[in-house]
Amino acid sequence: MNLRFAFRHALRESRSGWRRIGLYMSSITLGVAALVAINSFRSSLVGSVEQESRNLLGADLRLTSNRPFTEPVQAIIDSAAQQYELSTVTTLVSMASAPSTGEVRLIQLRATEGAYPFYGSVVTKPADAWARRSEGQTALVDPALLTHLNVGVGDSIQVGNIAFAIGGTLETAPGGFSFRSALGPRVYIDARHLDATGLLQFGSMNQRQAFFRIPDEKALQQFVDRRHDIFRQNLVDFDTAEEQGDNLAEMLDVLTRFLALVGLTALLLGGVGVASAVHVFMRDRRHTVAVLRCIGGTQRDVFLAYLLQAAMLGFAGAAAGALIGIGVQAALPAVLKDVLPFQVAFEPDIVAIAAGVGIGIWAASLFALLPLLEIRNITPLHAIRREFEPARRRFDAAQIAAFTALLISMVAISVWQAGQLLPGLAFAGALLGTLVLLWLTALLLIRATRRLLPRQAPYVVRQGISSLFRPQNQTIAVMLGLGFGVFLLSTMYVVQKNLLGWLNIENSATQPNLVAFDIQTDQVDGVRERITQNSGIPVELTPIVTARIARINGRTTAEIMSDTTARRVEPWALRREYRHTYRDSLTSSESVIAGKFFDGNPTAAQSPAEISVETDVAESLNVKLGDRITWDVGGIEIETRITSLRRVDWARFATNFFVVFPPGVLDRAPQTWVALARVDGDSTRGIVQRDLVAANPNVSVIDVAQVQRALEDIVGKVTLAVRFMALFSILAGIIVLIGAIATSRFQRLRESVLLKTIGATHAQITGILLVEYIALGLLAGLTGLLLASIAGWALTTFFFELQFVLPVLPLMGLWISVAGLAVVVGLVNSRDLLRRPPLAVLRESGE
Amino acid sequence: MMIVTRNLEQTYSSGGRPLTVLNSIELSIERESFTAIVGPSGSGKTTLLGLLAGLDRPSAGSVSIDGTDLTALTEDERARFRARNIGFVFQQFQLIPTLTALENVLVPLELAGEHGAHTRARAEELLARVGLADRSHHYPAQLSGGEQQRVALARAFANNPKLLFADEPTGNLDAETGQRIIEMIIGLNQEQHTTLVLVTHDAELAARAHRVVRLAGGRIVADTMNGTASTVAAAAGVLANSVNDATRESAR
Repeated sequence: MNLRFAFRHALRESRSGWRRIGLYMSSITLGVAALVAINSFRSSLVGSVEQESRNLLGADLRLTSNRPFTEPVQAIIDSAAQQYELSTVTTLVSMASAPSTGEVRLIQLRATEGAYPFYGSVVTKPADAWARRSEGQTALVDPALLTHLNVGVGDSIQVGNIAFAIGGTLETAPGGFSFRSALGPRVYIDARHLDATGLLQFGSMNQRQAFFRIPDEKALQQFVDRRHDIFRQNLVDFDTAEEQGDNLAEMLDVLTRFLALVGLTALLLGGVGVASAVHVFMRDRRHTVAVLRCIGGTQRDVFLAYLLQAAMLGFAGAAAGALIGIGVQAALPAVLKDVLPFQVAFEPDIVAIAAGVGIGIWAASLFALLPLLEIRNITPLHAIRREFEPARRRFDAAQIAAFTALLISMVAISVWQAGQLLPGLAFAGALLGTLVLLWLTALLLIRATRRLLPRQAPYVVRQGISSLFRPQNQTIAVMLGLGFGVFLLSTMYVVQKNLLGWLNIENSATQPNLVAFDIQTDQVDGVRERITQNSGIPVELTPIVTARIARINGRTTAEIMSDTTARRVEPWALRREYRHTYRDSLTSSESVIAGKFFDGNPTAAQSPAEISVETDVAESLNVKLGDRITWDVGGIEIETRITSLRRVDWARFATNFFVVFPPGVLDRAPQTWVALARVDGDSTRGIVQRDLVAANPNVSVIDVAQVQRALEDIVGKVTLAVRFMALFSILAGIIVLIGAIATSRFQRLRESVLLKTIGATHAQITGILLVEYIALGLLAGLTGLLLASIAGWALTTFFFELQFVLPVLPLMGLWISVAGLAVVVGLVNSRDLLRRPPLAVLRESGE
Repeated sequence: MMIVTRNLEQTYSSGGRPLTVLNSIELSIERESFTAIVGPSGSGKTTLLGLLAGLDRPSAGSVSIDGTDLTALTEDERARFRARNIGFVFQQFQLIPTLTALENVLVPLELAGEHGAHTRARAEELLARVGLADRSHHYPAQLSGGEQQRVALARAFANNPKLLFADEPTGNLDAETGQRIIEMIIGLNQEQHTTLVLVTHDAELAARAHRVVRLAGGRIVADTMNGTASTVAAAAGVLANSVNDATRESAR
């Protein structure tokens, strides 16, 4: 082997043919850019989370309870407050109304006491608003509330019984992003006004939090370790800043790794581009290879020279990719800023860059390897034999080895990128499966096109279509490349559409779109009247009674938990706070699958009372028909026996319950009511809300359309990042397309010259090209769309368990766009072909 | 003896039927001689040249050069043998389009593992010898056909070959340019003491050779030593072979 020669030859050859080489490089560039950007970003992100974890929580320790702290917990808090700084925040879901405009809006009222946050800062407008929030009756609000209520800073808002002056808006606050924010904007007030609002005794969605400043890590750990059993028993969540930071870091790690996998597909598509470019390149270099062999180059010398060339170009492409990746990294925080709770420093990560470049070179070399093996089929005789000898096709050990190496490398890279074995393998498997399916679909579609093309079709159409089948065509490569991009984008689109469609209650005329809750028993009639007056539709009001499990079949929850021999009962199901209702009939989203529902047969006197349990929770509790559950309802124990099991369609927008009681058992227990109503028209809904809140200040109303808009917004922001990464794949697909057109340039040139010579007009030749590109674009698009529809259906039906709807029109739009793209790219790359006079081309193409 | 072939035969399969392109070629070529191989299209000239240079393996028989049996060597061993001993000139010039004139001349030297200033000096000297000193940094596309063939000549002589194979070296050139190339080949041949084997259609060119081997239908039909009595002896064989060929042709 002659390394020096191989290296020199590789260097010299790579000077020329920039058009094709540039294309080849950019295939790798895109993938590497995607990988470097997201991996380097991840490293900055995780670093930032670690630095910011205290600021994110605003404290060292946070205790959270969905009801007032129980006595033992309150005792712990009080005694700890002797030693450490304490701050509490009470969050209520309530209504805010603006007396000046009459608008109302569901809000999350946060009443703070103490120096919260201990770490980090609350950024407000004006800047000193946070410090001055305890002066007078002042509220700080999310900017969104100002828009909703159509008020400004300085105006007043009514919350419960108190009017607050808006002291400023919150730009950033600890806690940051959560899906909870979709419920309503935050309003911060000082806790001393809380009692006066009169809201405290009603809220069913109230939350209490205690924040501690315990800077000494050891003390903090001891504090938590000693008490965590008490916290658990009293349903108190406790988070330390470190834990919270770790959780967030882990979540972001998973998110960015997922994004990186999306980016990895761009690299693989680029690989397809490389393979097809090298294939063409080697066809052009047949003679050079033959001459080199003739004048004494061994197979290895020549092979090595071209492999080195591929690696060097891969390096150049990867280096360019790394630079672009760093640029993209700088842009990523802007794309993700709404889902990230903090600022991310821009720090390119050297490991990510090196890994990206390394993978780029490796991928470039491996994908080049298969077509480069064709070199072995070029004999020196080609240098003296004019006639074209088709290369001997052989699928031998070397090819199998190259193929295996490619496969193993890609799986290894997937696993590395996924960070875990199984997801990595799953991704690689899914990708491979998709490629194989795409390939099969492409093959089928091509066959079908050929079959179904009518013989009497116009000449231009027949000629254009037959161009897809010219020898050495790259039709399949384009369909794979472009089809994969389309597949990624449209699968995401289909799933997103179905998710949002499920949320979109507006579309269905009968679905409720207003939820009023925390209605007291004596307010039920008033609420029913008000809503019915405005909407003309009867309102469904459902009582809710909260309860906890005291015993199952006579054994206490503590006994059940400590029993290690029996089948595990899931702790969440045992400890949670249940919301029961009572009625004597099934709703449309329920069906009894075992036992008998108590129909129209009040069982007030009966003890134990009959109950109906939802199947999933029954399984989690490990209970069956006939089992007895003792409930603790506000300190009073109620004996029950399971007489039926129900299946509930949770996806339906209705009040659904784990456990249903017959009427007569819970009627006198402490309870609140929920109303689900359908009120058409934004303004009517506004009026209903205003009326309800004016008459019943404790009642909260969720405007489902608003929540839905907020959720759509959040989903949109999350998918934006995914789409952003998928964009790389689309671009890679386009490069494969450009590459394929460049590939057949020479053949096309000869064909069009020949046609011109025998009398084809400019328009006819353009027509032929147009037909070819349209057909190519349509076929590639269809390939991706077909698979995406299937994948979207499978995800929607089996993973999200929703009704599948195919968004036909948008997909058609995408299809046409892809075909249009193919035409534009195709014609732009063929324009000189049309312009050139036949003679010049003939002279040039003659060997 | 420089080249010796024994019962050389080459058969390709064409459409499932064996097609004999060369048949029992017995040929010996002397050191530092100039042999022209002539014959009509399809007579097997190029195939013979390919076999003599070890570009392909014969179906039967052997070729040895300077005592080395080419048919006993592997493909890579033959390539190394060519790198050390053989130079080529082609009808299509076959310069590597992505390399400059100088780099094209350097290729055989580098393939043989040589490098450094003296290698470069040798390449420049050869380019100067073919009158292209001032065009050494041009690419093939920037050179005329005659110039390209001169670069090819310089390349062919770069590694001091003992043997030079030329395949229709003037076939793509106009008469005047072709003439100059021939003068150069012959001149260089004498200077460098190489053995020259040339395939051509051109009777005028063949007439300049010491010896003319005429092929027809895959057999040697004439072997003429220019200006010697062996012509007569060869002529008798030609007649016999021609008759054979004719009967075989008509039998197909």
